[in-house]
Amino acid sequence: MSPTPNELRDIAQMIRRDVLTMTLESGSGHIGGSLSAVDLLTVLYWDRMRVNPERPRWEDRDRFVLSKAHASPALYAALARRGYFDVRELMTFRKLKSMLQGFPDMQRTPGIDASVGSPGQGLSIANGIAMAAKMDGKTFRVYCLMGDGEAHEGQVWEAAMTAAHHGLDRVCAIMDRNMMMGDGSTEDIVALSPLVDKWRTFNWHVVEVDGHSIEQIQAAFAEADSVKGRPTLVHAKTVKGKGVPFMENKPEWHDRKLTEELYEEAMKALT
Amino acid sequence: MAEMGLVDIHHSVVETEATNRGYERGLIDLAERGVDIIVMDADLAGSSGTGEFRKRFPDRFLDIGLCEQDMMGTAAGLALAGKCIFITTHGMLAAGKAWDIIRSTICYGALNVNICGADAGLSAGAAGGSRQSLEDVAVMRTLPGMTVIVPTDAVEAKKATLAAARIPGPVYVRFAAARVPIITTDLTPFTVGQAGVYRQGDDATILACGVMVYEALKAARKLEDEGLGVRVVNCHTIKPLDRAIVNRAAVETGALVTAEEGSTIGGLGGAVAEALAQTVRPTPIRIVGIEDRFGESGKHEQLLQHFGLTARDIAAAVREVLSRKHGRQDDVESVARG
Repeated sequence: MSPTPNELRDIAQMIRRDVLTMTLESGSGHIGGSLSAVDLLTVLYWDRMRVNPERPRWEDRDRFVLSKAHASPALYAALARRGYFDVRELMTFRKLKSMLQGFPDMQRTPGIDASVGSPGQGLSIANGIAMAAKMDGKTFRVYCLMGDGEAHEGQVWEAAMTAAHHGLDRVCAIMDRNMMMGDGSTEDIVALSPLVDKWRTFNWHVVEVDGHSIEQIQAAFAEADSVKGRPTLVHAKTVKGKGVPFMENKPEWHDRKLTEELYEEAMKALT
Repeated sequence: MAEMGLVDIHHSVVETEATNRGYERGLIDLAERGVDIIVMDADLAGSSGTGEFRKRFPDRFLDIGLCEQDMMGTAAGLALAGKCIFITTHGMLAAGKAWDIIRSTICYGALNVNICGADAGLSAGAAGGSRQSLEDVAVMRTLPGMTVIVPTDAVEAKKATLAAARIPGPVYVRFAAARVPIITTDLTPFTVGQAGVYRQGDDATILACGVMVYEALKAARKLEDEGLGVRVVNCHTIKPLDRAIVNRAAVETGALVTAEEGSTIGGLGGAVAEALAQTVRPTPIRIVGIEDRFGESGKHEQLLQHFGLTARDIAAAVREVLSRKHGRQDDVESVARG
């Protein structure tokens, strides 16, 4: 039984708190882009994806590729809370010998479907997995979460062409459109807009949603399921640092270090 | 060396063939045997040697277009879902343009992706310096978990292709588009990581790979007339290097020449020097290759001469290391002056 939307919202808040606790403990890590992605990850892992935490390498599972690999705190917290490994592992994030490396490493962490790190590379991987599935008559889906800053990378657009050309309708890419990157607004650095039009021109089916509305996210994934012969992009409008007022829409919270004081203040906002 | 099943290059007409052809025969062999391979190409099937494979196994062939970076990432995805991948592209496009993806997705994930650098070394010939890959072996060798193989001829290229399919992690195999002498046969042993001693000798050793094995054998023959016994080793696997054979050559012959159709920085010569510097006693080494410069247009055999990659150059290098082995500094300086 899938959780209700209200239960999903509670899970998302718990993951947000985990993100803050683990990054306070590690003294580093990317908070802003993790918080913008939490609602999307929650719907994927608790409502949408066919997965089995007890069998992380189950052949017919839906796959997930975190192309915006710096959002690893959010993914690790989701995997731990979903039962892939002990929640206490979260406190080892970014530390020596941890199973939770700064960026996802499939050889160390149960539940990670692909090692990622260098920006702009996830969609190609998702496409390859989907192609193999098609060849083998498998019906699982492949989800790929991208950051908008990554869309500067040329490989993203090579992969966008490949997915459309091969009609990879099992690929569902998600654009975490928080409008921010490390150095500031994506539109000030090198403008991405009109980003939705770009994907449509590349022959993708695009669904635009509020990336913090559980119901809208659920509807978008259901729509993606029904599209045949084309890949789908869920264009999720999000807020960098979502849930913590002093972090919201502040590019410095891309990778700023938390202090104890700020942590307490942030946790109050997330109760 | 009858047990090596080598062609007698000194007494018979030596046939030539591009090593790309052996690669393609290996791919066809794998597909015919039902191995679940996928061959990927970036708009080079016509020239890189996979055209026939594409015709015969269209369902196992994927032309990704001029998207080398996306090709490497897609290959990673296919490998994650259980496929055995062979990627063909120009050596310099694989090793240069797509290196980050090879590193961050394929090698970091230890995935079963075999990357085949076609038209490598000087074999892109007339295309000139921008298209000749002289650095590929060096940059691929630095990647953790990557196996690097440089086959000497088309026969060995097929064996290397079959062997690569059995290695679970990533492999880089380097092929030539130009015709090169066929010096091995189906009987010649080939095991990844085990160099082949093709000629015995105790005065010096030439460690070579690719087309330079043929040149090394000719050089050794020339030096025999001067009363020198020169060992010739086919070091087809640059990584993992056969340290046992390299160390033995150093201890038993005391003077080494490496020969490769690539940069003198970081390739076979670099691998041998690194290995020896940290194991056996200091041994004079001379690295024959292309010295810190780009290639240029010309026919392949002209370029080998132009860049000093012939039997004559290797023989000169052997005389030079022998001078150092025997401590004749005057000779060293005279050779250095040319």
